[in-house]
This record gives sequence, structure tokens and C-alpha cells, in this order.
Amino acid sequence: MAVKKISKVQPENFEFNKKNKETADSIIKNYPSGKQQSAVMALLYLAQKQNDNWIPLSAMKYIAKYLDMPYIKVYEVSTFYSMYNLTPVGKYFFQVCTTTPCMLRGAYNLVDVCKRKISEEENRLSEDGKTSWLEVECLGACVNAPMLQLNEDYYEDLDPTKLEEIIDKISNDEIPQPGSYRGRLSSEPENTRKTLIGNKNA
Amino acid sequence: MLEDKDRIFQNLYNDFGADLASAKQRGDWKDTKEICSKGREWIINEIKASELRGRGGAGFPTGLKWSFAPKEVGSRPHYLVINADESEPGTCKDRDILRFEPHKLIEGCLIASYAVNAHKCYIYIRGEYFNEGQKLQTAIDEAYKDGLLGKNSAGTDWELDIYIHYGAGAYICGEETALLESIEGKKGQPRLKPPFPALIGLYGCPTIINNVETISVVPTILKRGGKWFSSLGRPKNTGSKIYCISGNVNNPCNVEEEMGIPLKELIEKHAGGVIGGWDNLKAVIPGGSSMPLLPKETCETIKMDFDACVENKTGLGTAGIVVINKDQDIIKCMARIARFYKHESCGQCTPCREGSGWMWRMLERMAKGEATRDEVDMLLDVTKQIEGHTICAFGEGSSWPVQGLIRNFKDEIIERNKFDPIVKKQKDIPYLVDQHLLEKENAKT
Repeated sequence: MAVKKISKVQPENFEFNKKNKETADSIIKNYPSGKQQSAVMALLYLAQKQNDNWIPLSAMKYIAKYLDMPYIKVYEVSTFYSMYNLTPVGKYFFQVCTTTPCMLRGAYNLVDVCKRKISEEENRLSEDGKTSWLEVECLGACVNAPMLQLNEDYYEDLDPTKLEEIIDKISNDEIPQPGSYRGRLSSEPENTRKTLIGNKNA
Repeated sequence: MLEDKDRIFQNLYNDFGADLASAKQRGDWKDTKEICSKGREWIINEIKASELRGRGGAGFPTGLKWSFAPKEVGSRPHYLVINADESEPGTCKDRDILRFEPHKLIEGCLIASYAVNAHKCYIYIRGEYFNEGQKLQTAIDEAYKDGLLGKNSAGTDWELDIYIHYGAGAYICGEETALLESIEGKKGQPRLKPPFPALIGLYGCPTIINNVETISVVPTILKRGGKWFSSLGRPKNTGSKIYCISGNVNNPCNVEEEMGIPLKELIEKHAGGVIGGWDNLKAVIPGGSSMPLLPKETCETIKMDFDACVENKTGLGTAGIVVINKDQDIIKCMARIARFYKHESCGQCTPCREGSGWMWRMLERMAKGEATRDEVDMLLDVTKQIEGHTICAFGEGSSWPVQGLIRNFKDEIIERNKFDPIVKKQKDIPYLVDQHLLEKENAKT
């Protein structure tokens, strides 16, 4: 189980903005009436997006009231799942996959770059306060390893130099192009495609 | 080798685009109405005849699973749930289906919902696949607009609504009952079975849960006939399958191939061979990290299907093939997998919660050469204590890779950790206490 720390600094109040309120209400409608608790994961995610990529306790309380469920249940959910950040993270949040398939292709070299260019430790903000990084478990893009996730986008087929370029761009508030960094369009074998030849570049 | 015309996922590499118009050109949504008008019995029998086995890892016959749903809808509605919580290390096939072939999945959802009497379908996508989920949502919106979903889906007179539910980074939610808990807005901890979800599932209602790939191949099977599908592969291991080949190969890739294709052909032909040549091969994990690894000798001959893998003391799982060559430290690789399981254990059953951590710490020490000779057997014993003593299959999933390591590379571990315990008289300390936590200084006295 992942160890989750709750931030010591907590804002007093939290409330969905108008747009998120509408989104939340439409999500609740996806579930049968009386089962609004099902929407808790989606609402926590909305709260996280609204609150600079982390969830304060007040948001959990707010969501508990919003969905008419006990606060402790919301707390349980937000501490169980690893994608909910309960402490502030960088505006640009690098999540480097280091599980075996990525490790075999050099994911720990990417970790070294993060340590050098962002911060010495995981989950600590960089000097400019914009970026932080974290080692995570398999992100499900194993044939494009090594890869990382920056906020919601996947950056695949990386190597240390390319990651350094990405981090440099980020520190200038430029969002680099997501996707493969070796020019692959998908998970096809590079240069040696033996299947679906007739379809190629249709 | 499978011929191109027999490949189900023609757009696996996104040559055509994933939108509705090009999906229709590839034959999606063709004859959906006619298929449904042949009735539930026919659909389920055709799937049974095709001998399709679930593609999510366990390989349960899909037709049989569907037939478990109650024939008549009682007071409780039926649900169809699609498992797109793909988190098994080495596996990335569902991602490509969500990105590039979403209409195969949606059409499959309609047919499956019709077959099991469900009016609502939830697709549970792992939270990290946010962009893939957005692409699927676009496809769903297109389908609604075109009348393929909704009140009278694709002219079948069947009402179906599809909703996406995002996960939030929990591997265990790929277990079907944990997934249901998660949709219900709880922690993803597996339920005791029985009752099975087919009778008591989501919100206590009958629920059929299938993997993305399973559902996506259903429309093609029904269009081309169960006979065609079962003519591929060999009996009980029929059809085609997307294999993901990652790790130390020259060209890691996803490829759709016939069931029972030799592992060596997959690696040599499709993935461009092992880095450093075939002789540089150390071991292969054949079916996602949960499955025991295979030594090189077995890799020469093994065929990749469910039964052949079981005969070789491993499993096809999700067909996520991870190739490890001799430049890697095999113990370190397995220690990293053990860390994955330690991180992802849901914490419900003690043997798994505690045991996964023990296995990880022992393997880390073995990789460094700090363990003792006796601990190898002790580690094997720990895996046996976990296996079969947990609510869900996570216990097996976490202990099998370690067992595979010990079965095939015991000599190598002992070679590195061949000394006796530092203090022999302390050998009586049960390993329930984390011995390595004891200070080394203390141990010397």
C-alpha cells in the first residue's frame, strides 16, 4: 500500500466553481438514483484539478456533503487511490514509470535526470516552485518504454537527453509535444513492420 | 503466421484514424441489427462455438460467462461492465484499442449488452489513461449522434447507455469485484466470491464483466462466424490475440497474431530479436508480471497459448511479453516486480499485505548479496504462505513471479548469497520478524 501524507497546510474552505458544479451534476446523473456515491472518484478528480493538482481536506468534506455520504468514506477513497495528491505538487507533475519493463530500458536514468534537474527528492518542489516529480508504478505503455506522464500526457520512448530538453522547455512554461520521442506514431515495431503492410500510411 | 485479412484489429497502428466514418469503412457497425435480430441464444451459442476465452488474464470462456446471466430480467436491472483498468506490467494492448479501435469496443458493448439483457454499460478506464478515455468518449458521442447508441441503438430496438468511469491508479481495481467496489464509490478491495458478479454484482444486480479486448473481438466473430475464429489456433486456444513485446528487444511492439504462435517467432520476427542476439537471452516473462518467468531453453520451443503456457508452469495471462537479456540482473528485475506488488496490495488480507513487503525486502537483499543461503528456501516458503490464502488472485499474482525466479535461477541466487547466517544462534528468530531490520552491529555479538 502506498503511504499517503496529508498536507499540514490546509485551506479552510473549498467549493466547486460554476463549471465544475455543472460537470459534477452531469456525472452524478450517469449513475442510478440513490447511487450518487459512485461519483465520488470523479468529483475528487475535479476538485484536484480545480485546486492546483491536490485535494485539501475541506474538499473531501465538501464532496461528502455534495454526495450525501459520510466524510470518512470520502477520506478512505482519497487515501486509497494513488492518483489523488493530498499534498501540493508542482504545476508540472512528472510521474516516471520505473516498473520492470521500463526499468529494463533505462527508466532509472530518467529518474537521475529528474533528481538532477528538478529536485533531489520525490515530491519536493523544484527551486522555481513549478515542478515536482514522482516514481510511479506501471503506466501501461510498456512497448514505448521508458516513458513518463506529465500531468495528463504521456511522453514515450525517452532518453536522458530528451528528458532534459523537456524539463528545460517546462521551466520556460512551454508545453512540449506529448507522444513518442523517437518518431513512433503508435506501438508499431519501428522500421520492421511485418503485419498490416497493405494498410501502411493509408 | 496470421494473414493480414484475418487480423481483427486492422487499425492497431492507426493507419486509418479512429473516427466513426473510417471505422464504418473497416466494417464496424455493419449488420449489427441483423446479428441482434438472431436472438440472444444464437449470439451466446456462436461465442461458445468460437471458443473465445477472456483476454484479461484468467482465460475464462466468454460464452459460458454470458450464459450465467439470468435469462429473464427480474426486479434488478442487469449491467455490463468493461474492464479497461489495464495495469499489468508488460501489457498495453487495451490502450491501443481505446485509442484506435473504439468503435469495435462500442459495437461489442451493444451486442454483449443485448446478449446479457443489460441497458447500462460502464467502462472502467484506469485514471492514467485520461487521453485515451477522452478519445473513447468522442467515439461514444459520435455513436449517440449517429443513432448507434441510446433508445433504439443501431436499429436493434435495444436501449443502451454507455458511461465511462475513471479509476485513480489502483492496480487491484482490475480484479473484477474490486472494480465493482470502485464503481460504487468505495475503496477498491475485492469481494468474497461466491456470490459471483453474474448474480450479485454492481449495486447488488447481475453484472457481466469483460476485458476490453474480449468485447472488441465479439462483433468480428459474429460477422465472420464462430467457426472462422475457432479455425485459428488450436482447440480451446482459438483465435487471435494482441501480444505486447517489451523489454530488451530491438523493436518493442504490439502485434496481433494467431494463438499458439511460437514465442521465438514473436520475438525474432516481430520485435526484431533480443538485444545482443538470441544467445544473449536470459529469461522471458510471458504473460504480464504476474506470470512465472521462462528460462531460455523453454523459450526456444514454447507456443504462446493458454494451455501450452500452463504445461510449462506459467500462464498466458494478458500476453504481455517482457524479454530480459543477460545484461540485466534478473534478481533485481524480480525485486522490482515484487516492489510493484508491495505497492499495489490493497491491504485487505494479511498474507498478501505483509507477505508482498517481505518478498520485496528479501529480494532486494538477495540482489545485493546480503541474504543468507537459508533464506532462499525461506522466501519460497513465504510465497507458498501467500498463494491461495487471499480473497482474490493478487496473492498468486505476487508470489508466482518469485516462485518462477527461484525455480529457474536458484543457483544464481545462492551463488550470490552463499554465506551462513551471521550469527548462527539467531537462526531461531522466526522470519515473521523482519530480521534485516535488526541492526547488523547487534547481530555480530
